[in-house]
Amino acid sequence: MLDFTFKILVTDALLYLLVTAIIIFIVYARKHEHLSAPWRQIKNKKLAMSALVILGFFVITGFLDSVHIRQEIKIDNTSKNQQQVAQYSNEVLSLLDLLLTKMRQQTEKTYSAPFAINSFTKEVADGEQGKPVLYYPRLKYGGAHLQAQDSRIYDIGKRLLWALFWTLSVLVFCILLIAKITDSKNNIENKHINIATRLKNIISGNTNTPWLTILLVMSIPVFFISSIAELGPYYHIMGTDQVGNDVLYKSIKSIRTGLLIGTLTTLIILPFAVVFGITAGYFRGWVDDLIQYIYTTLSSIPSVLLIVAAILSLQVYMTNNPESFATLIDRSDIRLLFLVMILGVTSWTGLCRLLRAETMKLRELDYIQAANSLGVRHRRIMSRHIFPNLMHIVLITVVLDFSGLVLAEAVLSYIGVGVDPTMDSWGNMINGARLEMAREPLVWWNLTAAFVFMFILVLAANIFSDAVRDAFDPRLRKA
Amino acid sequence: MIAYIIRRLLYAIPILIGINLLTFTLFFMVNSPDDMARVHLGVKRVTTEAIEAWKTDRGYDKPLLYNYKESGIKSFSNTIFFQHTVRLFVLDFGRADDGRDIGRDIRQRMWPSLAIAVPTFIVGILLNITFAMLLAFFRGTYVDVWGVVLSVAMMSISIMFYIILGQLIMSKLWHLLPISGYDSGLRALKFLILPVIIGVVSGIGAGSRLYRTFYLEEINKDYVRTARAKGLSSLQVLFKHVLRNAMVPILTGVVAIIPLLFMGSLVMESFFGIPGLGSYTIDAINQQDFAIVRAMVFLGSILYIFGLVLTDISYTLVDPRVRLE
Amino acid sequence: MVPFYKALIISVLTGMVSVVQAQWNNPYPVASAGKNIMYSFFRERPKTLDPARSYSSNEYVFVAQIYEPPFQYNYLKRPYELEPLTAVSVPRPVYLDKQNRQLPANADKEKIAYSVYRVRLKKGIQYQPHPAFAKNDDGTLYYDGINENTLDNIDDIAGFKKRGSRELIASDYIYQIKRLANPSLHSPIYGLMSQYIVGLKDFRTRLLNAKKITDKPDLEKFSLSGVKLIDRYTYEIKIKGKYPQFIFWMAMPFFAPMPPEADKFFSQPGMKEKNITLDWYAVGTGAYMLTVNDPNRKMVLARNPNYHEESYPAQGEKNDQQAGLLKDAGKLLPLIDRIEFSLEKESIPNWNKFMQGYYDLSGISAEAFDQAVQFSSGGDTEVTDDMKDRGIKLSTSVATSVYYFGFNMLDPVVGGTSERARKLRQAISIAIDFEEFISIFRNGRGLAAQGPIPPGIFGAADGQKGLNKYVYDWVNGKNKRKNILAAKKLLAEAGYPDGVDKKNGKKLLLHYDTSGTSPEEKSKLDWIRKQFRKLNIELVIRSTDYNRFQEKMRKGTAQMYMWGWNADYPDPENFLFLLYGPNKKVGLNGENASNYDNPAFNRLFEKMKDIENSPQRLSLINRMLEILRRDAPWSWGFFPKDFTLQHAWVKNKKSNLMANNTLKYLRLDPVLREIKREEWNQPVVWPILVFILLLIASIIPAVLVYRKHERQAAL
Repeated sequence: MLDFTFKILVTDALLYLLVTAIIIFIVYARKHEHLSAPWRQIKNKKLAMSALVILGFFVITGFLDSVHIRQEIKIDNTSKNQQQVAQYSNEVLSLLDLLLTKMRQQTEKTYSAPFAINSFTKEVADGEQGKPVLYYPRLKYGGAHLQAQDSRIYDIGKRLLWALFWTLSVLVFCILLIAKITDSKNNIENKHINIATRLKNIISGNTNTPWLTILLVMSIPVFFISSIAELGPYYHIMGTDQVGNDVLYKSIKSIRTGLLIGTLTTLIILPFAVVFGITAGYFRGWVDDLIQYIYTTLSSIPSVLLIVAAILSLQVYMTNNPESFATLIDRSDIRLLFLVMILGVTSWTGLCRLLRAETMKLRELDYIQAANSLGVRHRRIMSRHIFPNLMHIVLITVVLDFSGLVLAEAVLSYIGVGVDPTMDSWGNMINGARLEMAREPLVWWNLTAAFVFMFILVLAANIFSDAVRDAFDPRLRKA
Repeated sequence: MIAYIIRRLLYAIPILIGINLLTFTLFFMVNSPDDMARVHLGVKRVTTEAIEAWKTDRGYDKPLLYNYKESGIKSFSNTIFFQHTVRLFVLDFGRADDGRDIGRDIRQRMWPSLAIAVPTFIVGILLNITFAMLLAFFRGTYVDVWGVVLSVAMMSISIMFYIILGQLIMSKLWHLLPISGYDSGLRALKFLILPVIIGVVSGIGAGSRLYRTFYLEEINKDYVRTARAKGLSSLQVLFKHVLRNAMVPILTGVVAIIPLLFMGSLVMESFFGIPGLGSYTIDAINQQDFAIVRAMVFLGSILYIFGLVLTDISYTLVDPRVRLE
Repeated sequence: MVPFYKALIISVLTGMVSVVQAQWNNPYPVASAGKNIMYSFFRERPKTLDPARSYSSNEYVFVAQIYEPPFQYNYLKRPYELEPLTAVSVPRPVYLDKQNRQLPANADKEKIAYSVYRVRLKKGIQYQPHPAFAKNDDGTLYYDGINENTLDNIDDIAGFKKRGSRELIASDYIYQIKRLANPSLHSPIYGLMSQYIVGLKDFRTRLLNAKKITDKPDLEKFSLSGVKLIDRYTYEIKIKGKYPQFIFWMAMPFFAPMPPEADKFFSQPGMKEKNITLDWYAVGTGAYMLTVNDPNRKMVLARNPNYHEESYPAQGEKNDQQAGLLKDAGKLLPLIDRIEFSLEKESIPNWNKFMQGYYDLSGISAEAFDQAVQFSSGGDTEVTDDMKDRGIKLSTSVATSVYYFGFNMLDPVVGGTSERARKLRQAISIAIDFEEFISIFRNGRGLAAQGPIPPGIFGAADGQKGLNKYVYDWVNGKNKRKNILAAKKLLAEAGYPDGVDKKNGKKLLLHYDTSGTSPEEKSKLDWIRKQFRKLNIELVIRSTDYNRFQEKMRKGTAQMYMWGWNADYPDPENFLFLLYGPNKKVGLNGENASNYDNPAFNRLFEKMKDIENSPQRLSLINRMLEILRRDAPWSWGFFPKDFTLQHAWVKNKKSNLMANNTLKYLRLDPVLREIKREEWNQPVVWPILVFILLLIASIIPAVLVYRKHERQAAL
């Protein structure tokens, strides 16, 4: 067993920060009725909870992909080199990479279709009497364990059955777990019901929280994961791309990129928008004028230009300081961070404007006026009285922006200022697939894989954000 | 009102100066005049002398922001920033670094942009309003539920998919429309259909979902019930009363966009080979033509500010209680 | 309500069908169907069409059809051969010594102080009709002295209604040579030419002095000592020393004629503001003239009615007769009336339009390759059966260019002349499997290079003679890349056993510099990393924008990179100079991007460059190649193969990589084209009908629900 060391990328660190912030928020929200009530409302909605389950799987995958390590490399100790310092590979791997080692390493030469065992393109080989023959070569890994071709469907079916078996096992386990937990937790009405009835309630969908729906929805990703575990090492489930990388692996790796762009951007936006928005609305006068001036100026510039300029300046910086960005992953990571930051800079103005308007209304309210006349310091009024009352706006904006940002990444990649081209991202995949659409026969799996993953994430995010907005928006709550 | 507009326009001046300074800084943070010369002079056999001459010809041999060699006002005026900025304010965009007159190119290229943007905009709004109204009318029924799900699904698809699939199906498989290109006059029509369809379809999801909420807000109000009680049919109420009231948020949201229609759509224009202002900007960025980039940013910001003023005016028009101070 | 909608939609549909012609997706106007027009495209707008400045292939597509230098490359013959175009013959240089006395043709190189080229023009060649030549009755120029007001209603060159023409004379050629030195034009070859053409530097100095007084000094008033007008149709160029490649330069548009009237016409006030300049509008004697120039959308070349008599060549290579390339022998050129170029930025629409018959010629993108080309049983390439059915033909040729993977010789790790670095470079050269690169990224359209000189150029040898023995073995009459074990052995000998530096026990980390950011580029980067992984070397990609990349190259801070070179003329000098020491990139700003500087090689190069192709030259070149292969400043990369597809209605197409003015030889069969387009572009209408039916079907339940709703409400 090789040793390893952790490697924390900047984006990883920010992600951990974000997760911590969310946990703190949850703890905080539990204590405050006006924040926790809407969440309870969401908890009882079927569609929202289904979306949340799907999002959860995405987040877990993204998180697994954000814990990076460097493995120790073995060096022949036969050389006189007796240095005791452990050496670690320059290759930075995430936990996800380790889980999917087979898929990551089994690269073919070039395109192959999903579940194919032969290459997608013909090759020339020397046939009899030195005459070149055209044929579709067998893949190096895809279906390599098969002896004869006709057993492929049977083999896939067999493995899928196993996957189904695992899924069912997980489901049964979860049902039992839920039945146990709902008992011990604060579900008062369930307290004196025996476990059999509780099971019956869950299965018949007769519970407050829609457990049945959640379980059914959950079984889809679980089945998907167990299929990958069963099939992934033996087939290229979604085929391979031009240089033979597994497309499914690429799509899964892209989850982290998509999530980071969607979440970290808002993390960047928040401090700017909140501080500027509240101060402008609260103090009015010249502060307001200055802040208004800044955001009008910023939002007047076409954002593409701003992004292009930022990305190009980053490249200048990296060229001038090559020693700080030794490895590929460092470079692509810093580029992602920069992209996220500049997306934040271009999109904080909208939220800022909303917060400013809302603050202007709030500061006229009696209790703020009262606090003012009692001589409470401005900073305290803003943080204790105004900010909590703006939380719902912030929350709604954050969840609504998320899907837009994930979608924007694809367009930016097309223009050439998206994430690093060596980084796996759906935008890069779509952009590459653009050219494959002209092929005949069509290479459809790259585009399809990117589409399906991106669609599911954005759809789930949209549905969930709808629910959040419905729950938090006071106007809608009344209606 | 007129006084208000004049004051707003005066406000625009510091904003425009700020924008110019920012664009300038961003651009020259990345590109040095030497780089620009190299891009324009090509790759093969470029001499240092040619680069210097190129810079002198276009006034890029001066210091960027502050000229230490000059004194007084000249130390600011004899710089790249000043020389290239002042004329913008009288809408003289000058010449691109490849020698073409930018103003002419903009005037020529804004028509294709408008030819796509305006129909997409109008058809889009009409369709969105109709769909939103249908959803609002059938609220609570399966039409509404599935309509909303469909909207959400449609807005979860990247514009790139719409374009790629649209070209693939409409042009390659069914031979219905030209895959890309543009022509002058009425002959442009057949080139516009596909981009407009794609533009409209990709916007339906978000649009109708948003407008649906505007309707729902109106539909629960008392006057709707009164009108129904008077014996008007649901359709009459919807069209005569609800539509008019829901138009207020729709219009005010939309007015700010109208001036920006000039700027064209970046992705659409590149994919369909339409020589509009969107692709003009992207090409200029790729070719590092600072003169064009600066002109487009300037134009964009003027239109944006213009849009803001229009929005304010439209408020007073739809709601007489609002007064512009 | 429903029947009304139905009727409306059906009537609209039938209306559409009757208005639009059968090819709904035809991007061209109905009126141009069946005409002798060729359709082509351009990727980006050309930067300039001024022959003194233009230096890139996308500009030459236009420039070369319009401007005529005195010589051209024969369309059919190989190896490439110059033939007269506007000149009477291709001159042989006359050598002079320092005292301007004539020397024999075989004189020693050291004795030759000057070479003189005397060009005699054909009489009676006329310029294209152009307003610059329009004259009043008294013989003065019609459009002389116009100002902004005259230009009020004129937006482009077509707005000048009065046209004229003039005979081509020798002084037009001289005028153009003077323009090369004009400081406000930045001609890219001024630097090179000033080393050769006598008096060019002095001419420029005088011009610069004059520029201090007037803005636009009249070039005609300044004399250029190295260029002499002998008579109306004859001129002479005197260059320093012996420079056999000069004649190739004279066949490029840099040495095309420029009538002073045109220069005057376009420099009048108000023209520049309307984008009416020599950069955008060309005035030439060529087979075509530029009639529409909207670089944002479309450029049109139309037949020059004044074109001088030139006929299709009667002789070619062996196979040309068989290939039907000589059918038009003796016919007057040009054979096509009009060529329309549309702006086409994306490769997919481009390819699809070709397949639909809306472009006549097409290159093949990697994506379309499998659809278009297959390897025949003989190992050759041919079009696929589907393409054959469509009548599409393929022509291939190895380009006169090279893409190479270079090492920066100034780099402390991979550079330098030490045995360690050399072995490291050789090991890497073996590991980077360019055969695989060609097969993955270029679909086999390329030839792995054994040295810098592409086939077809003097000095390139195929078979065992041209083998790079440091990278390849000769096995069974074929070259075979050495096994990776050989590379590993070299790597160990270099001091990096298994990719670990013996000196400090650390893993070897190398850097690859690139400016690529596109998705295609990403796959290539992945691939290159894979190649280094074979040697257990970690490769770090440093990608930046193109400017930064160039800056790194100029400063010599790059480590490894990939670059290309496209030949100016078919001579080995034009490739070997890429590795000539005094032509280094760092400090000297030359084209030697690897900064390779080997004194032995430099000496041989100086000897080789000025002599004619001969066995002596060949042996010099072979010695140079041996030095290069051993030192491995490049991992030799590959020579791209150009594949061009043509429709059945295009005739006389033969790849000619040196000549750019080839459009005049092509012929079209517009009738066949019309038939094929009709056949390939039948609109599929049923989806529209299905869509409409679906729409109606979804309206019905809605209406039903509405009725029910109203009735309930009424209750």
